[in-house]
Amino acid sequence: MSNKFDTVAANTWCPGCGNFAILNAVKQTLAEMNKEPWEVVAVTGIGCHGKFTDYIGVNGIHTIHGRVLPVATAVKLANHELTVLGFAGDGDGMNIGIGHFPHAIRRNVNMTYILHDNLIYGLTTGQTSPTTKKGYVSKTSPRGSWEKAINPLTQALTSGATFVSRVFAGELDHFKDVLKQAINHKGFALVDVLQPCVSWNKVNTYQYYRDRVVKLEEIGHNTGDWDMGYLRAEQWGDKIPIGVFYKSDEPPYENNFPALKNAPLVNHSLQRDMEKLFREFM
Amino acid sequence: MRCSGLVDDTVTVRIGGEAGQGISRSGMLLGKSMMRGGFYAYGAIDYPSLIRGGHNFYTVRASTRKVHSLSGGPDLVIALNKASLLKHQESVNPRGGIIYDEKDEISEENLNRDDLTYYPVPMSEIVEELGGPKIMRNTVALGAAAALVGLNADILKEILAETFVGKDKIISMNIEAVQKGWETVIEFDYGFQCRLEDGARPERMWLTGNEAVALGAHAAGCNFYAAYPMTPASAVLHYYAGHDEETDSVVVQTESEISAMCMTVGASYAGVRAMTSTSGGGFCLMTEALSMTAIQENPVVIMLGQRPGPSTGLATYSAQSDLLFAIYGAHGEFQRIVLAPGDVDECFYLTAEAFNLAERFQIPVIVLTDKEIIESHETVKKFDASKVDIVRGYLLREWNGEEYLRYKDTEDGTSPRIVPGTPNALVLSNSNEHTERGFSTSKAGPTVKMIDKRFRKEEHIKKLIEKYSPIKVYGSDNPQVTMVGWGSTKGPALEAIKQMVEEDIPVQYVQIRVMEPFPEGLESHLKGKTVLFENNRTGELGKLIKLNTGYSFENIRLRYDGRPLTPFEMVEKVKEVIQ
Repeated sequence: MSNKFDTVAANTWCPGCGNFAILNAVKQTLAEMNKEPWEVVAVTGIGCHGKFTDYIGVNGIHTIHGRVLPVATAVKLANHELTVLGFAGDGDGMNIGIGHFPHAIRRNVNMTYILHDNLIYGLTTGQTSPTTKKGYVSKTSPRGSWEKAINPLTQALTSGATFVSRVFAGELDHFKDVLKQAINHKGFALVDVLQPCVSWNKVNTYQYYRDRVVKLEEIGHNTGDWDMGYLRAEQWGDKIPIGVFYKSDEPPYENNFPALKNAPLVNHSLQRDMEKLFREFM
Repeated sequence: MRCSGLVDDTVTVRIGGEAGQGISRSGMLLGKSMMRGGFYAYGAIDYPSLIRGGHNFYTVRASTRKVHSLSGGPDLVIALNKASLLKHQESVNPRGGIIYDEKDEISEENLNRDDLTYYPVPMSEIVEELGGPKIMRNTVALGAAAALVGLNADILKEILAETFVGKDKIISMNIEAVQKGWETVIEFDYGFQCRLEDGARPERMWLTGNEAVALGAHAAGCNFYAAYPMTPASAVLHYYAGHDEETDSVVVQTESEISAMCMTVGASYAGVRAMTSTSGGGFCLMTEALSMTAIQENPVVIMLGQRPGPSTGLATYSAQSDLLFAIYGAHGEFQRIVLAPGDVDECFYLTAEAFNLAERFQIPVIVLTDKEIIESHETVKKFDASKVDIVRGYLLREWNGEEYLRYKDTEDGTSPRIVPGTPNALVLSNSNEHTERGFSTSKAGPTVKMIDKRFRKEEHIKKLIEKYSPIKVYGSDNPQVTMVGWGSTKGPALEAIKQMVEEDIPVQYVQIRVMEPFPEGLESHLKGKTVLFENNRTGELGKLIKLNTGYSFENIRLRYDGRPLTPFEMVEKVKEVIQ
């Protein structure tokens, strides 16, 4: 289905890659939300997800490994009228970039952070990632990973996140519904995407998730209940919950800055009353 | 107007004490009072990396003529504790004086310089009588010092009133403290030999290099500042944060220098003028995003305030040991500009111009300073903001709806840059090698085309920087010796020239202000014998000159103990070269 967010760049993801589903969900959601391409900025890191900026017809800045969040934070502060979407992989965002994660959250940067979470390193050919489950055998963990997996959801919750969600790449409508809520949320919104890696992760496949995902809204989850949200975020086994775990209303980061009260920073005059600033030193 | 010191036409006062006793603030106030009195002053702080205790001292040197650096020992020392008296007593110029707190009960045998005058001032007692906090002892001492050197006490009181504006009780106590300190010393009437007689209040400023960098950035319209605190550059962050509302700026204290640099790039991509500052250790962390912004062609300005390394080194001292790092740090090959201001005045103007250069060429510009420049105060002629033009290069805010090529292969290598959010244009900035549209590519042809496009800027950069006096020459036109240096060696070099003029030694100082791309025409300035002066162990500028011109220095004087070169050392070296 063609869409105004398509680009002409040739796609190089593996056939069947979960990224196709994410790309579709994002394009369709933006179209359904009546966004114009130039009103949106996509910020990407390094990994298979990083090619997103080539494949989605919005403004884009393809950055470096793990640095999506500070770049996206600044884009939003420089022009808070833009819709800022950060895309990161589990290796990108939860390993090298995890230092920025609690900071973007505690600032409540008004952006959506889409974590392409395939529990593996894809582009570097199948090493364990920080979200790889314990015991998983890979090139870098031949006796099975002996490190505990990081859970992006509980990390976000304990950092004070105001919107914490998870979707499955194989459930398009549900994905779009959650993504819309995330984009509309005034503050930092995490969307952790369970994304099968067809080339390297032979455990967490489409079928694996289809057999296990449970929609939170179907079990009457209260998104204002942090404790229950946390418990359900920890759940991983026969049942894997997806949906919005927790949300709350807190002022977004840009509301704190006196300079951003009226117009976006990028529209401000560059002229200062320098004589006034000089006086302090005279 | 007059200024006569014990050894030359300058008066030097030093305030020493523990960290936390207000040493830096007192020195700043003293220097500011001197400026208001019509004098030029230079003030430098020496402090170890701690918050309470230890030993700090601030030295201010004033004259009726421009003072470029400290030189020699103090004429007068204010010792706020016994340790300061003992530490600095030896360095005081003959016939000088020391003010100390009577309460410190320093024994006769410790006051062991027959040629000095000691002034026991009841600082603690006066403060107790006034019911003020202990830290106010330094105000009493300033009053006493003002009396001794003949500084107008009314100016000092006026500045204290401005400093504590809104706190009337504190102001009246401080004014009283100045008066009492003044009166105590007047009673001694030992005929102290230093005199400052004030004159008309000039249009001048008293500020640090850090403050000048911040003002320069504001003059250029930089309204996004992200940084992580690091000595000696933190004061730019303090200034920006403290003035965010009146300057309409967004200021972020980031979680790391990595984040600071990434935010600077992100804000620049979004179309604002953005800057960060740091020191060597922080710059290490910034290099990954420096390389990113280079291939993305997002313009940024970084102030790199050097301090001695490697690693943590001497955290609160000065060095010029990151010159080659500033020029070559970060992976891959790309164009950058490195500007090196030599004093507070140049910090203002070169920082302001850094933004124009960055946007004109869509490259990173580094303003390379050091602790000696950015944490020292200097009296400068009031900055002229009208000299700063804001030129935004190829920035566009409208687009006709054709396909926009962020990396269009233009004749001069710089492509039109659109503010994201502009209708009908999509701006794709890419850290991968890319096509003109910005899509990633790994094809050979487009790769070479893009690299060549970026490097095509080089000749235009070289041409434009000629406008910024990349090489400045001071002193004799027909010198026996040419001194060569950069950055903060300018101050002591100009002082050294002054001394040598008095001794009829014709010398000149050649200051390199643009380190990268290296300016043309240096050789024509290298007259007579040459000496290279630097604050590092390996002569980094010497290497750079050799690389760019083939010229090698035979005479080199390096200092790498964290302290600036002194005019005396430079004169000594020049004389050695002549012999």
